[in-house]
Amino acid sequence: MRTLDILYFYFFAACALGGSAAVVIAKNPIRGAMGLLLLILSVAALFLQLHAEFLAAIQLIVYAGAIVVLFLFVIMLLGPSATAAHDRRGIAVRTFSGSLFALAGVGAVAMVARTASPVRALPRVDSAFGGIEAFGSVLFSDALVPFEVSSALLMVAVIGAIAVARGRQGVHTLSKSERAITQSAPPVDPSGAGHPADPAAGAGVFSHEIHAGDTKGRTA
Amino acid sequence: MIGVEHYVLVSAMVFIVGGVGFLVRRNVLVSLMSIEVMLNAANLALVAFNRSHLAHDPTQAYPGQSHTGQIFVFFIIAAEAAEVAVGLAIVLALYRLRRTVRSDEADLLKN
Repeated sequence: MRTLDILYFYFFAACALGGSAAVVIAKNPIRGAMGLLLLILSVAALFLQLHAEFLAAIQLIVYAGAIVVLFLFVIMLLGPSATAAHDRRGIAVRTFSGSLFALAGVGAVAMVARTASPVRALPRVDSAFGGIEAFGSVLFSDALVPFEVSSALLMVAVIGAIAVARGRQGVHTLSKSERAITQSAPPVDPSGAGHPADPAAGAGVFSHEIHAGDTKGRTA
Repeated sequence: MIGVEHYVLVSAMVFIVGGVGFLVRRNVLVSLMSIEVMLNAANLALVAFNRSHLAHDPTQAYPGQSHTGQIFVFFIIAAEAAEVAVGLAIVLALYRLRRTVRSDEADLLKN
């Protein structure tokens, strides 16, 4: 039983690390989203081992069911252009900052691990701990005010998301400065050839707007 | 034996990977996903510390073992859902304006 616990922990810890590495490494954002899904599933499994059953369920429903699906929707809406064209500009600065961050983090972890006391067993929990009944009792007594405030937060976020994502309909209603910006930046071509009527960029849902912008640019 | 240290170590490593991804990648979608990775790491650490510090807080109304860390995680998940909704809306607006998802081309506020 004890060895099973240890195996369970190391398996899902490895899955979590692999999933997060896949998010960072994957060239294709769809693969990155799959890595994020693997990370979320393994973190939910670790929550189960920590007696946070309700949070494990919430993790699966909200993250795996809503957030990852939202990411996939947006990636597919953008089509092939969601994979940014790769040029090497600024790669030195980015690599330097990333390695500096990693170095600081690994150093901090090593320092903590060096001074750590021997591992003690986790304390015993009540059978109700982490279940939906105990969690709900805390949520509606001690955490009632933040709970209500978080509902306001979600409401504002929904309204803001609609307002930002809807925007103005079509290029012809853009203001003069916005139109100048849109026309000065030609559509980015993943293959590197920069002609505007680019079939790869036209494959997404916004393709009609691209072509509307193109004709507008030619007639103006 | 698995103690709280193991969970915190995993959490720290996942956080470092997410932070490196946020700094190194230029695709806005990948940056958002890296933020998700970092928040997941923080959630894991909070739940692990809650599991190791179960003492009842006399100022709280709930009489059983303390759930403070788990409550924190609950609200982080709520805030994160809001963040992703707004973030992806901004990505769509950026794409509509500049036809790109690269963060270094989002320089409308520059100069």
